[in-house]
Amino acid sequence: MLSRTAANLYWMSRYVERAETNVRLLEVAARQALLPDTGGGNRNEWESVLLASGTKPAFDQKYGEAVERNVETHLFFDLDNPSSVASCLTQARENGRIVRTALTTQVWEALNNAWSETRDLARQERSSLATRDLVDWTLRTTALIRGSMLATQLRNDGWDFMNIGTYLERADSTARLIDVKYYVLLPHVSMVGSGLDNYQWRTLLRALNGTRAFSWVYGGEVTATKIVDLLVLNRIFPRSLVSSVDEVVAHLERLGRAYGRTTDAQAAARSLSARLAATDAPAIFDEGLHDFLQDFMREVGALGIAVNRAYLSGDAR
Amino acid sequence: MPERYFNEMYQGDHVRPPYAGLDAWARDMPDELRTMKQSEAETLFRRIGITFAVYGEGGSPDRLIPFDMFPRVFSSGEWNRLERGIKQRARALNAFLADVYDRGEIVRAGRIPGPLVYMNDAYEIAASGFTPPQGVFSHIVGIDLVRTGPDEFYVLEDNCRTPSGVSYMLENREIMMRMFPQLFQQNRIAPVETYPALLKRTLASVAPKKCEGEPRVAILTPGHFNSAYYEHSFLADMMGVDLCEGQDLFVEGDFCWMRTTQGPRKVDVIYRRLDDAFLDPLCFRPDSMLGVPGLMNVYRSGGVSICSAPGAGVADDKAIYTYVPEMIRFYLGEEPILRNVPTWQCAKADDCAYVLEHLAELVVKEVHGSGGYGMLVGPKASRAEIEAFAAKIRARPENYIAQPTLALSTCPTFVDEGVAPRHVDLRPYCLVGREIELVPGGLTRVALTDGSLVVNSSQGGGVKDTWVLAGV
Repeated sequence: MLSRTAANLYWMSRYVERAETNVRLLEVAARQALLPDTGGGNRNEWESVLLASGTKPAFDQKYGEAVERNVETHLFFDLDNPSSVASCLTQARENGRIVRTALTTQVWEALNNAWSETRDLARQERSSLATRDLVDWTLRTTALIRGSMLATQLRNDGWDFMNIGTYLERADSTARLIDVKYYVLLPHVSMVGSGLDNYQWRTLLRALNGTRAFSWVYGGEVTATKIVDLLVLNRIFPRSLVSSVDEVVAHLERLGRAYGRTTDAQAAARSLSARLAATDAPAIFDEGLHDFLQDFMREVGALGIAVNRAYLSGDAR
Repeated sequence: MPERYFNEMYQGDHVRPPYAGLDAWARDMPDELRTMKQSEAETLFRRIGITFAVYGEGGSPDRLIPFDMFPRVFSSGEWNRLERGIKQRARALNAFLADVYDRGEIVRAGRIPGPLVYMNDAYEIAASGFTPPQGVFSHIVGIDLVRTGPDEFYVLEDNCRTPSGVSYMLENREIMMRMFPQLFQQNRIAPVETYPALLKRTLASVAPKKCEGEPRVAILTPGHFNSAYYEHSFLADMMGVDLCEGQDLFVEGDFCWMRTTQGPRKVDVIYRRLDDAFLDPLCFRPDSMLGVPGLMNVYRSGGVSICSAPGAGVADDKAIYTYVPEMIRFYLGEEPILRNVPTWQCAKADDCAYVLEHLAELVVKEVHGSGGYGMLVGPKASRAEIEAFAAKIRARPENYIAQPTLALSTCPTFVDEGVAPRHVDLRPYCLVGREIELVPGGLTRVALTDGSLVVNSSQGGGVKDTWVLAGV
């Protein structure tokens, strides 16, 4: 397979996943905003979301005040924001168009429809679009794209590159979402364990489709330790860091077998997986959740670079 | 009153035989069904993503070329004659190319003026003295034809470089078959779907000397911003070959290689959809980011084949066009089956004077222009437009040629008011490798505006499915 084809498949999936992360962020903020403000006046969940998405400076310059309508525009519609839902889906569709022939008709149609519906949404009266509807639309759309891949794509090397893209992005974005909670949404350490704290954890769970999973797996009281265990270390939860990394490992291994050789990427993925396997939730809290997540995101970044060097850049020999 | 233009279906109340199967179909189709089918066709085109961006026009890069559902039909007798004419022309054009990059016998014999060939912008010095595999330079020859009467066909121009549009020929047929299967049961319509397989066979048949085993074919595209990108990717898909950009290829040693996820893979035949000037920055334009540095060296040493061969463009130049009938006589010893349109070359003083006097009757084109840009259709132009154009011709006469306004045939076409005649042309795609092949069909373009003679998609033209009825 052409390296450039592999790169486009990989980025296509990453962008689809990134679009999903963005609306999950939107959802976190929208639910937080429903909570009565007891934090003393300086709490702004919309601003937190901007910080978490890493686009606050650009937002400040263009919009100024972080209110719901502006943040929603910025995170969903704004093509100037390279990680808005509209940008991500446009980019994913462009990646797909470039490698149209490596996609099944069904996947292409799902991507193409996602893109044209984004444009239709952008033309609609904004007051007729609730945040909730935008979130639902995006989750449905990305599920359709991924489902089409799952149901129709050949299980060849292209399949592996799509999945490596999806799961690397998911590992990174789940870590980012957890980090929002701990680092930004809750500015004062004194609030840890308070009612507000718990509410925020629940919101995060909800945004990650984890509320029911939590009850099934752990039951009882919602505690930070249990939640971190679920979101970081539990293999049965599909968005957990360990699940995402294990998928990356599995697809890299498959690729290594098919090509008859392994690269630095396989080694990096295995070592990241091993690190997760060797820790537990209390140890993560001892280390500091934020530091742990920052480290993790750095390693995911390094893994992405290794994948790029080994397969996507065209420099493979 | 007899129509001024040859109507390919109706002669008064009489329906010409090739169209016999369409009369009742069109007559009995209720308006609602037609509207429904038309929008169904549009949805299908959009869903498969076959769109066309027009250079310099702005607007949506994802514009559709309008598709007209009324087919254009040839009888097998009509087609046989066209086929012989097209193949004859494709052979002569290739013989000419092989000659002018070798000994130039046709120039030595005084049948074509030397400067016209050797000082032509499209003549590539870098291609001279090298004979490509099978002696073929132009592997896909698109010949633009118009019809003016029952047996009168004229060649408007030849396209020896990288004629586009064949994906429309194939997709138009797919969509017609999907929407009106009964038409295909009632009429014996020759299939065109073999084109990709024939193209691949043609490309493989010109593998370079150094290629051992099954040749690896790749398409070289300028990239996904190119207006014909859909076609490049469509053909790559149908042939099962890789679609490369310049950055995906590199030269090392005696060969050209493709960058893959498993390391370099040798490429033997490149079907390039890129102009000569961009092929190799070391040989042509040094600022080209689209090509492959060193490619020409590999080509000339028999490490890779390039289709069409660099320099093939000299054969389809509008000034050389006049001499194609001469080529046919010179190389093949045959009389041309298809006619050329009489052409005045403004570079010649006498011709130029005639053209300036008769602008209102003529079609004037830029020698190197394409896509229907920069042309004047005399009978449709206002006095002011004619005067402005006359000034341009006086300023640079060598830049223009002129032809009589041909009475282009019409084909019934669905319009808002029902069915009405609209002017059409035809581009068949002739494949030249070890053998010469022509699928029975081509791309029919139709000028959708009432009375318009300009069929270019960039100027409001549409496309039609083109049928060749199977012989009895």
